[in-house]
Amino acid sequence: MNKVVDKVITEKCFHCGDTILTPIRFDQHQFCCVGCKNVYELLSQNNMCAYYSLENNPGQTIAQPILDSSFTYLDDEKVSNQLIQYKDEHTAKVIFFIPAMHCSSCIWLLEHLYKINPHIQQAKVFFLKKELHISYNPQQTNLREVVTLLSRLGYEPAIHLNDLEERVKKNDQRKLSYQIGVAGFCFGNIMLISFPEYFGLDTFSKGQFSKLFGYINLVLSLPVFFYSAQDYFKAAYQAIRERFISIDLPLALGIIIMFVRSVYEVVTGTGIGWFDTHASLVFLLLVGKWFQQKTFDTLSFDRDYKSYFPVAVTKINEHQDLTIPVTSLQIGDRIRIRNNELIPADSILLRGEAHIDFSFVTGESAPVKKVHGEIVYAGGRQFGSAIELEVVKKVSQSYLTQLWNNEVFAKEQSSVMQSFQQVVSKYFTIGLLLLAIGSGLYWLRTDVVHAINAFTAVLIIACPCALALSSPFALGTAMRILGRNKFYLKSTAVVEHLAHIDTLFFDKTGTLSQPTHSKMVYHGEQLSYGEQQLIASLVQQSIHPLSQKINNILSVNETLEVIGFKEVTGQGITARVMDKQVYIGALGWVSGGIEQANENKTTKVYVRIDENVKGYFELEHVYRKGLDSVLNQLNKTYTCSLLSGDNDSEREALLPYFSKHSLMYFNQQPADKLECIRGTISKGKQVAMIGDGLNDAGALKAATVGISITENTAHFSPASDVIMDADVFQLLPSFFKFSKATLKVIHISFVISLLYNLVGLAYAVQGTLSPLLAAILMPLSSATIITFTTAATTFAAKRNQLK
Amino acid sequence: MNIIFLLIGCSFCLAIAFLLAFIWSVKSGQLDDDYTPSVRILFDEIPNKTNEDDSSKTD
Repeated sequence: MNKVVDKVITEKCFHCGDTILTPIRFDQHQFCCVGCKNVYELLSQNNMCAYYSLENNPGQTIAQPILDSSFTYLDDEKVSNQLIQYKDEHTAKVIFFIPAMHCSSCIWLLEHLYKINPHIQQAKVFFLKKELHISYNPQQTNLREVVTLLSRLGYEPAIHLNDLEERVKKNDQRKLSYQIGVAGFCFGNIMLISFPEYFGLDTFSKGQFSKLFGYINLVLSLPVFFYSAQDYFKAAYQAIRERFISIDLPLALGIIIMFVRSVYEVVTGTGIGWFDTHASLVFLLLVGKWFQQKTFDTLSFDRDYKSYFPVAVTKINEHQDLTIPVTSLQIGDRIRIRNNELIPADSILLRGEAHIDFSFVTGESAPVKKVHGEIVYAGGRQFGSAIELEVVKKVSQSYLTQLWNNEVFAKEQSSVMQSFQQVVSKYFTIGLLLLAIGSGLYWLRTDVVHAINAFTAVLIIACPCALALSSPFALGTAMRILGRNKFYLKSTAVVEHLAHIDTLFFDKTGTLSQPTHSKMVYHGEQLSYGEQQLIASLVQQSIHPLSQKINNILSVNETLEVIGFKEVTGQGITARVMDKQVYIGALGWVSGGIEQANENKTTKVYVRIDENVKGYFELEHVYRKGLDSVLNQLNKTYTCSLLSGDNDSEREALLPYFSKHSLMYFNQQPADKLECIRGTISKGKQVAMIGDGLNDAGALKAATVGISITENTAHFSPASDVIMDADVFQLLPSFFKFSKATLKVIHISFVISLLYNLVGLAYAVQGTLSPLLAAILMPLSSATIITFTTAATTFAAKRNQLK
Repeated sequence: MNIIFLLIGCSFCLAIAFLLAFIWSVKSGQLDDDYTPSVRILFDEIPNKTNEDDSSKTD
């Protein structure tokens, strides 16, 4: 039946592009809803229909009407001051994060807001960060009006609790840009100045230029040494203080010795030094660092409950309702939660019918009903009519937020395992120092100058530039490829961690299953069309989520009149339809008894028409597409286990997907999940946790690699190492294989760079290393490594069917 | 051969000018966002007549 409907109406909404069910005509265009029409109206009044000509159907559906009172909390001085970045008499500046931004039309509209509200002085979009920087005149308009305007246009800014806290500004990226710029400038000019010397062109001027060029090089390499390379010295110093050998140590040593010896040679007139090699080394290292620092700006990997909770809540006062910031919520306050709103604090239900979806918080797949006087925990989402609650705990002390008090959140995890580069550089550094001292001592018997030459030459040529570049380039390339496949890593180190994983834990609700996609299935006596009509007419009267799900699967054209509709919370609904008494609800309700709703694990909704119990509807579990093949492949190499917050009703359904070694845990509290992961890690396993909800937050944090899976990357996802788009769930085994292949690429490139080092060392130990040879060998080895790692990693991606 | 000294001086002045230009561009935030400006440059001024030409859609 639905198919027929789709064929008849192929018209798309002029604003948002959704399929229109009941068209609303306005100004020769068709719209799917009043919200879309209103946006169009607002834009056309302001002569801004260019919005629709840049892209087709660029708009966003506005699900809920924007009320004038929706943003009253922004009038609160405390709140607005936290959001506003800068303010004086004539200008206020504020930055909004706008998840709905997605195309060039959006950029155009947002940057032309001043056409609608002339008091907005400037609006600038940073598309990749999905940020809108607005400055407005605070005497003529205010924050609330700006936000309301944005929301009316379908670009509601995401304002969350953590926006009200201090922000930490990051300026690292800029500093690195400066350092690269300076190093690149000096490197280029030093090379230019050094050429005559290499080709022996200075013979006719009796060394006149040679001396001058030496000093110019010296001056040019000062900023390289003191500014661009400073972070390597700091890192090496840090490493020595912590009695830890890292690759920074031989790097810093090489850079220092190269510089000191070059200065000595130029000043004493004994040579031209290694300034060019020195500058190219620092330049290439910085480029490697920049390549590795790729970040996904729109994604946030360290979100806690504060970025999930709303900023404001409706407080019920004696006279009128007030929208107040959640942070000023006190114990004893009465609040109103409307359909689809989040419960911000643990509270007691006072009035209304609560059907609360806790799937994101506890992992329970079915909405939970609550009756008057029951405690409702924070983080649940209300479905249905508005409810009234009394707050019993402050936001920061609620049951859910307690999880964040656990010690795993307190400390920043210092990298759980040593990277391959760290392991190798330990031996490398020790070997290098021994070799340098050894060759120095050997020559000391004959000639002191020669001994110093040999000692410094070893440290210069073996400066592990290529070695230090292989990891950043291989991992950086891998991270970019994974990002292109919607598998976003927090940092490049995660690629290596992924390669070492041997145990996988899966969350159920939202990860393996998709509760929002779940459908009701009917079991029992065949229903005729008339009977379906009876049921549909009745369930359409109820706003219970299950009623709506039943309605979705019934294909009924028109409904019948319903007389005497009655709904009993937690039991069911009944009414007279077409002279028949129809009952829909729990078994007790349908069988006429008044017994309590039994603690049934699965959700069954029975149907009775007059005296005849026809059968029941049951919620069917919908698992993610490709779950079968994903787990099949993963079971071969990994121990896959299940860690669910839900009850074990789906154990049988899930059993075939897992192997016989798999563990299946149900009814896990958030803290239990955390402990389970920790316990497994303490047994020496490398664990990846794949989850989605707030209840997985602890486990994701505790795991070696926490992968959070999300339907929409602009939405909230708990703190984790990886954010994975749900679309690419089927590629999960490929991601793991690819990370292993990347590690192999690093291994090979280490061998290559060591070979280069050996060639150079053969000259160095004899004390006959010429600056020219170093100037050729160093960039050559770096170029080889960069080309090899990027090419090999890209090839590995192709082999694993990644884009 | 002394002309070399002058040439080196000139080339350095030029190179330093470019370095300063680079530093200025980083400081003014030109490297912070490398996508939006590419879209922004294609926007036309808003015409002051009422909207009639929906047919002239661009992709």
